[in-house]
Amino acid sequence: AAVPSQVVPGADPSARHLCFAWGPAEVLVCETLFGRRGGFPSRREGGQGRAFPPGTLTACVAGTGEGGPSSSRLFVVRKDQDIYIQTLRKLFNESHGIFIGLQRSEEELAGKSRKAQLVQVSKNYRSVIRACMEDMHQAAILTRDPALHSQYSTQVSILSAMELIWNLCEILFVEAAAAGPLLLRLLDWVRLHVCDVDNMVHEVLSSENPSKHELFWNVVDVFVLQGRMDEARHLLSKEASANPTLVNMYKILDDLMKKMPVPSLGNTQTLTEMELKWQHWHEECQQYLQDGTFASNSHMESICKILLGDEDAILEKKDLMTTWYHFLVTRLLYSHPTVKPMELRMDLFLGGESSPEPLDTILMAAFEFELHQVIKECSIALSNWWFVAHLTDLLDHCKLLQSHNLYFGSNMREFLLLEYASGLFSHHSLWQLGVDYFDHCPEYGRVYLELHIERIPLNTEQKALKVLRICEQRQMHEQVRSICKIMAMKALRNNRLGSALSWSIRAKDAAFATLISDRFLKDYCESGCFSDLDLIDNLGPSMLLSDRLTFLGKYREFHRLYGEKRFSEAAKLLLMLMTAHIAPCSFWMTLLTDALPLLEQKEVIFSAEQTYELMRCLEDLTAGKSDKQKFQDDDIETMKVEMLRLALARNLARVIVKEGTLEGS
Amino acid sequence: VWDKSENGEWHCTASWKTHSGSVWRVTWAHPEFGQVLASCSFDRTAAVWEEIVGESNDKLRGQSHWVKRTTLVDSRTSVTDVKFAPKHMGLMLATCSADGVVRIYEAPDVMNLSQWSLQHEISCKLSCSCISWNPSSSRAHSPMIAVGSDDNSPNILAKVQIYEYNENTRKYAKAEALMTVTDPVHDIAFAPNLGRSFHILAVATKDVRIFTLKPLRKELSSSGGLTKFEIHIVAQFDNHNSQVWRVSWNITGTVLASSGDDGCVRLWKANYMDNWKCTGILKGNGSPVNGSSQQGIFNASLGSANTSLQNSLNGSSASR
Repeated sequence: AAVPSQVVPGADPSARHLCFAWGPAEVLVCETLFGRRGGFPSRREGGQGRAFPPGTLTACVAGTGEGGPSSSRLFVVRKDQDIYIQTLRKLFNESHGIFIGLQRSEEELAGKSRKAQLVQVSKNYRSVIRACMEDMHQAAILTRDPALHSQYSTQVSILSAMELIWNLCEILFVEAAAAGPLLLRLLDWVRLHVCDVDNMVHEVLSSENPSKHELFWNVVDVFVLQGRMDEARHLLSKEASANPTLVNMYKILDDLMKKMPVPSLGNTQTLTEMELKWQHWHEECQQYLQDGTFASNSHMESICKILLGDEDAILEKKDLMTTWYHFLVTRLLYSHPTVKPMELRMDLFLGGESSPEPLDTILMAAFEFELHQVIKECSIALSNWWFVAHLTDLLDHCKLLQSHNLYFGSNMREFLLLEYASGLFSHHSLWQLGVDYFDHCPEYGRVYLELHIERIPLNTEQKALKVLRICEQRQMHEQVRSICKIMAMKALRNNRLGSALSWSIRAKDAAFATLISDRFLKDYCESGCFSDLDLIDNLGPSMLLSDRLTFLGKYREFHRLYGEKRFSEAAKLLLMLMTAHIAPCSFWMTLLTDALPLLEQKEVIFSAEQTYELMRCLEDLTAGKSDKQKFQDDDIETMKVEMLRLALARNLARVIVKEGTLEGS
Repeated sequence: VWDKSENGEWHCTASWKTHSGSVWRVTWAHPEFGQVLASCSFDRTAAVWEEIVGESNDKLRGQSHWVKRTTLVDSRTSVTDVKFAPKHMGLMLATCSADGVVRIYEAPDVMNLSQWSLQHEISCKLSCSCISWNPSSSRAHSPMIAVGSDDNSPNILAKVQIYEYNENTRKYAKAEALMTVTDPVHDIAFAPNLGRSFHILAVATKDVRIFTLKPLRKELSSSGGLTKFEIHIVAQFDNHNSQVWRVSWNITGTVLASSGDDGCVRLWKANYMDNWKCTGILKGNGSPVNGSSQQGIFNASLGSANTSLQNSLNGSSASR
């Protein structure tokens, strides 16, 4: 199989190497020169501008460096471009729903009901493909851009092929009906998908005098080849009434066609009974042919031969069948009622001129019941994993796949689902579908999710929250912590302290919370007010995450109480912050300074005991300083301490008097 | 430094000259530590950089500022590689030099990028060209670092060495040497560990090689000694037909990219049967660029077959 290669436009192979870096959704490529010892690297293979067929990789210039003739260029190379096609969104979204439904469906159902359930799932997938096809077709009609039109048309034909293959797989593998009904399904399949002749049929049927139409017999033949006996007989009757000389022949042929034993769905005959009937009928046809009954009308004779399953006679109508699989099914219909494995004999049909196309290879593998081959060929032919991932998953639910042990997924189903889901993660919104797919990959799903989810670009808070919710639901604690840390860092760097704090709280990152609290307090000391009051006021129990955070919260509460003029409560809190050592020592001076207005109030707020406590705190603070520090203290510091001592003394005096005169206090 | 803007376009937002010799490598720290880069150079130094969020005008002009936080000057020869350790190890980085010394530094306070201390010096005896930390955060594996050498003198010494941290001695010691790699090694990369019991290592040398290293059970009697590994080569590709300069794994460690003297980037992937194959080639063609165009949606290989399928949409399908 050819390796897809992609030309990176503009990158010059003769003078430069290509270096690269993996991104979450793409590979970045740019020109460089490797080699340490200077000079040019050794001669490269000649790439004389040969064009390579576009594979599943696409490259485009992503950006250019500023200035200079030798400015470097950056190229973006992406795989799985399909996920960016708007019209395919429906395919991805709806199939996701079907997939989830299938995973959750009841496994307890056994036998017929389970099979019916699986067939319904298969039909649902197919109807999504068809719906997409319709949309794509509409888009092709509506567009005026010839390039887009051809693109849409190509996609339509690829979707058709996908539906064709899926339909066949449904018939052969999912439904896997017994011989008779299987044949009926295959006939349906052929009628639905081989449509070249439909125009011709329509033309003849709608003409005034069908039997006079030059293509009349072609249409009759089509009906016979497709096992549409009633329609064939109906047309023939027109011919008979127009041509009385043929009446006898017609009657016989009509009778033969009517009597042909066709397996019907409600058939209760046993296989043996069916075979006997068929044998008998076959002999009857043989007799009429040998007697020369149809000798005078080559058309009717050829029909009789077809009924007898004469390969040459059927082959003669090659052009009416258009495809080898039509040929196959027709032969099945007329050679044996019980569908035994039959040689494909594609060579008969194609006549050795052309080699099988990818589609043919896939269908062949299906008819040969080589499931793994089907999946492998589809993986090669299709440019994204959607088809094989979903089909394989369904076949796995039908218990048709053996599991090979491998380390990229415990079996092929998981391997393909992991590939598909990984592809979805490159997309800015489809990644959410990918999460569910990973959930249903028991062996590597979780670790793949862990790796991918960390790389989702968190450009907005909403996206970050969405990602977090997903991680939290799955107890992915490390990822939660990491994402919160990244967001907190980002916020901190941009000086959005409130945001940084709430992210640290969510991450339960005590160290970071302490750091940010310190920043808040520093900002307060410098500016005299708090930012992000809402956040700090509503910390609640998360305040306990770190001591510094607790202090921040309580300190803010102090300010609030003061603002609400609830002075005694404020006083109590303030004191407690120091005595309970919630406040860091470095902050005590600020707190004591905050106490000043409370000490200076007309009303006495601090009790005697509280005042003694405050004094003790002040002494602890000043005593704690070394002589050197005291020496370095500027005048303002010394003055502050003096003022405090004075205020405390005055308060003490007042409160002693107050407590002394009133009963109690 | 390039930034991707809101509309998906890449812009060069900072460009500055600082080292006094070629800059060999540049690497990002994990975003948990902020926007941090490390560079290493022929000028015998490695440096750590942090992006400072500047004035809002700068943002509008699309420029960002990078500040050097520290210069690591311990090396006496060209510093050929610098790599940050996996984030679960804290803020740590390793450098390797042309004189064969690997140095491991740590910043004990992750908020202070100016303070780094040299924790380990490993002498590899051969001139080093590249290093790779094992990204596995599993407690089952000790910290591990692979070192590649591009020593050109004719000898058959192993050019890839694996060093492992020993909890008991609190030092890194050589655990393994890949004896089959005797040609100069230009790059080396551990794959992300998906919870596997073994490690995968890619080597860029005269070809692309992929090894698996399976830890063998430690003897119970050993004094917490080094792990011994069972080494297998699972892939070897000479498609570049020349020296391979870089190898790098994608996020899940399922695709390896390599670039070489042939000017191509090649992509390697294992199928579900564990067979490694080339799954893509990127090549320059030297033609001028006429603006960006995105082509190639679905692969057209299936589409060529059936026009009859298209007709089914025209409402002319036969129904039973």
